[in-house]
Amino acid sequence: MESRSTKVQDSPLRGIDWFTVIIYVMLVTAGAVSIYAASYDFDNASIFDFNEFSGKQLRWIGLSFVLGLALLLVDARMYETYAYPIYTGVMLLLLLTIFIAPDIKGSHSWIVLGPVSIQPAEFAKFATALGLAKLFSGYNFNLNARASNYVKALSIIFLPVILILAQNETGSALVYLGLFFVLYREGMSGLVLLSAILAVAIFVISVKFTETTVMGMPAGQFTVYVLVMVTMVAMLALYSKTSITARNTALGFAGSGLAVWISELFGIEIPGNYYFMCIIGAACVYCMVEALRYRTPRILAAVAAAIIAIGFMFSVSYVFTSVLKPHQQMRIKVALGIEDDILKAGYNVNQSKIAIGSGGFSGKGFLKGTQTKLKYVPEQHTDFIFCTIGEEQGFIGTTLTMMLFVILILRVIVIAERQPTTFGRVFAYCAASYFIVHFCINIGMVIGLCPVIGIPLPFFSYGGSSLWGFTLLLFIMLRIDASRRHHH
Amino acid sequence: MRKDYRLEKRKYVIASFLVLVALIYLGRLFDLQIHDSKYKAYADNNAFLNKTIYPSRGLIYDRNGELIVFNQPAYDVMMIPRDVQQFDTVDFCNTLNLTREQFDSRLQDMKRSPGYSTYTPQVLITHLSAQDYGRLQEKLYRYPGFFIQKRILRQYNHKTAANVLGNIREVSQNDIDKDPYYQRGDYCGDLGIEKSYDEYLRGQKGVEVLIRDAHGRIQGRYLDGALDVAPVSGRNLKLSIDLGLQQYAESLMVNKIGAVVAIQPQTGEILAMVSSPTYDPTLLVGRQRGRQYRALVNNPYKPLFDRSIMAAYPPGSTFKPGQGLILLQEGIITTGTSYPCSHGFISGGLRVGCHGHGSPLPLKPALQTSCNAFFCWGFKAMVDKRSKYGNPADAFEVWKHHLVSMGYGYRLGIDMPSEGRGFIPNAPFYNKVYGEGRWSANTIISVSIGQGEICATPMQIANVCATIANRGWFITPHVVKEIQDTVISTVYTERHYPTIEERWYREVAEGMRMAVTGGTCRLTNLPDIAVAGKTGTAQNPHGRDHSAFMGFAPYEDPEIAVCVYVENAGFGATYGVPIGSLVIERYLKGSIAPERKYLEQRMLESNTIIYSGVKKH
Repeated sequence: MESRSTKVQDSPLRGIDWFTVIIYVMLVTAGAVSIYAASYDFDNASIFDFNEFSGKQLRWIGLSFVLGLALLLVDARMYETYAYPIYTGVMLLLLLTIFIAPDIKGSHSWIVLGPVSIQPAEFAKFATALGLAKLFSGYNFNLNARASNYVKALSIIFLPVILILAQNETGSALVYLGLFFVLYREGMSGLVLLSAILAVAIFVISVKFTETTVMGMPAGQFTVYVLVMVTMVAMLALYSKTSITARNTALGFAGSGLAVWISELFGIEIPGNYYFMCIIGAACVYCMVEALRYRTPRILAAVAAAIIAIGFMFSVSYVFTSVLKPHQQMRIKVALGIEDDILKAGYNVNQSKIAIGSGGFSGKGFLKGTQTKLKYVPEQHTDFIFCTIGEEQGFIGTTLTMMLFVILILRVIVIAERQPTTFGRVFAYCAASYFIVHFCINIGMVIGLCPVIGIPLPFFSYGGSSLWGFTLLLFIMLRIDASRRHHH
Repeated sequence: MRKDYRLEKRKYVIASFLVLVALIYLGRLFDLQIHDSKYKAYADNNAFLNKTIYPSRGLIYDRNGELIVFNQPAYDVMMIPRDVQQFDTVDFCNTLNLTREQFDSRLQDMKRSPGYSTYTPQVLITHLSAQDYGRLQEKLYRYPGFFIQKRILRQYNHKTAANVLGNIREVSQNDIDKDPYYQRGDYCGDLGIEKSYDEYLRGQKGVEVLIRDAHGRIQGRYLDGALDVAPVSGRNLKLSIDLGLQQYAESLMVNKIGAVVAIQPQTGEILAMVSSPTYDPTLLVGRQRGRQYRALVNNPYKPLFDRSIMAAYPPGSTFKPGQGLILLQEGIITTGTSYPCSHGFISGGLRVGCHGHGSPLPLKPALQTSCNAFFCWGFKAMVDKRSKYGNPADAFEVWKHHLVSMGYGYRLGIDMPSEGRGFIPNAPFYNKVYGEGRWSANTIISVSIGQGEICATPMQIANVCATIANRGWFITPHVVKEIQDTVISTVYTERHYPTIEERWYREVAEGMRMAVTGGTCRLTNLPDIAVAGKTGTAQNPHGRDHSAFMGFAPYEDPEIAVCVYVENAGFGATYGVPIGSLVIERYLKGSIAPERKYLEQRMLESNTIIYSGVKKH
């Protein structure tokens, strides 16, 4: 069309979403500072000193800025054109890595090239995003049109998962499950996503939080009940034609909950299980009545979800306590970071909670954290970098960091939605999904809410591969976004 | 391009999921960082090791500046059980010359002790010798979790004055509860001035805040020592004790049970304070302390019992000068009043024996000859004087108050722990024994000559003697003359005036002088020093009479007042007087005149312990 004229006047930096770039620079800078703090030693005499970690990281950061600029200079259409070759190339690299990577703590994921080591799994993220975007951008591609489309999409997602699992990097492999957000956005039934998230959440919550007791039952069980209530209201809001059903149900839950809380204050103990069973049962009956009255059978899905979720919870706790042998229970607990073990997963989480908790409101001050300086938190410059922020910058620091991430991800979603091409949208959603998973799992693990899954905090954790992997994702997305007006 | 607006709404679901998770995390962070404060303490516990630095304990000198007690370093092996890793136990035991069994039992003891914790330093082995310390220090890097704590032990230049000095011991749980300064493993004074002056001697502990990494390795001092507190050394004490005199008096008391107290009358300073049998203070130092202490407790002669201030002896005739003072003060007698003595006091079928001397006689000759009858008559005249006092009970109370003002019957308040108070009965006491109105002077006549219920500590007797030497006042006796960088309590500088006028003291002092020049104390009549004195021969239910003496010299300007009390040694003149006179002579002249050497020899060699009735085995 008018490509000739635009090509001439188009400067590569025109149309760049500077907002995202600024947030990126802020995150990377904060990350560099945190790595300096995390590897700083009180007497500076250790071999792991300033020059080792933060010096290296500064080099990686400098190079990533160069990389980002270079990516912006590439024509946006190149990514779409070469999506499959790039995907194939990176998958071959992953395969190669399994065989040529040395054994580092049981994992075979690092390719050592002289002084630097790179982790191909980090680069597979953007490659998979390209592959998935390319698939969806095919002419008249509709995920729900035929089952083979699901097979294709899932193949693109699970190929790197399998290859990375083969490298013994379970954490990195799990990240790709985040791409189900993309499938959901592109038409997969929400129920699949919902049930997947609920199943994982219910399993983890009901197994992990069994120690403290709320209303005469384990805190985990209580949380699951509340989760079921929230899900029911959300589903009713989405599925019914009017918001009245959802509103009434929400009011019923809130009102009864308040009544129970007040009676607790006056010393009247209400058995939690009975209360939740009764109120959720009542909500189900109400929904069924509404479904009949307004002829909206779709809202019965909410009822089904509630019943299945509660049934799942009870079967999880039954299976866990009665079917599994103690050593099997222990293995799961260790994986979830509940129990101490020889690998010290429990130790890590405990020390990281101490580090964050001891920071207080405003933190101990830059370079003044004792937990991190004295190496009480292992992996403090990589997976547990959030501890350093928590300890030295306090609640203010952790809140600001989380806000930066949330703003970045929301911005990426906004960018995704404004893409005129499916390719651009899917790619951007892929980026958003990776960030969401890394954010939720890494911070959740450090503050003791998630199982310990060793994945880095984007831009903060030490490591060039991870930084470059996320830089690639973000700047390819920005390049595609910058050229979106050509399509009008 | 086609756009599915129905699917576009799903961005809200994805965004809400993210925001929901972020809010949950925010709540969790709020709980961890602001709501729950325990994590701060956990982190500090992790990172900081507060190492106590023990100050050096104050040194103790005698009145002439002679060093008596000083410090020597000892080394304790400490362990923090949590930080201990696998180590070569055999090598560890060999280094410290321990058997495996000793090591294990020590470990068990440590685990059973009340303050045991795996997180804090525990004492594994105390008082390592310098050689063992040196060997262990070299190998210490092999034993993570172990470290050496330098401690202070007491060392003595002279094996003397154990009862005055006392010793130090590890604090008990009781001490820790009473005084928050103490922590487990600290040392505190036990007995003697180590106990009573503990707060001065111990100084102030310092602390070094060290930072410790995840492996328990010390990474250096926190904030370059900004939070460290330097220890403050204990204050040195200068005793009023004259070391030479103390040693001399102790040597005279060898093989005798009893006490010698010498006071400088003008100052109340105690020059010597002997309790016999005594013990070697170096026994109670170091690792053998427990065993030795038990042995001393089980010793039938009770060497830990400080007879100079704790024993309650009948004062016998040393009580008579006090009697004379009361009778004069109350106007019962004048210096001219004479009472008859027909080899004793005979009244109403009662007889208190006496020995041969002129009769009738007034006060001063009565003191000179130690006439029992005179003081019995005088006491009877006072207690039964209804015209003045109404009834014997009220008269007795007046009598008692005079004695209390002289320092009898209550603790003098000397600067030593565990002082005894002796015993002076009061009227209610006799009312209880005999019934109200059913007793009179004759019923209790023996108290008039320092027998019966009357009991006094040698310190009280010496104090009465010092009061007579001063002609009417005393300063509370004390053993500490100076405390480094501070002044001693005004309690030990102010004069106390008993309820007797000075002129009566002059009369009584004259009587005591006559006892030396021509009475019971002739043995202490030194050619060039005017001594005044009073013997005492106290009957007691345990066997032979106790031999007692009190005296002061020089008569005109007294520099020393002495009380000697030897259990079961017979007449006051046979042991009390010689020992008292030798102590006086030694203090005032610095040596014993050749013609009196025989007396010294006799005292050094004599043994009265055989009469004590104590069976050693």
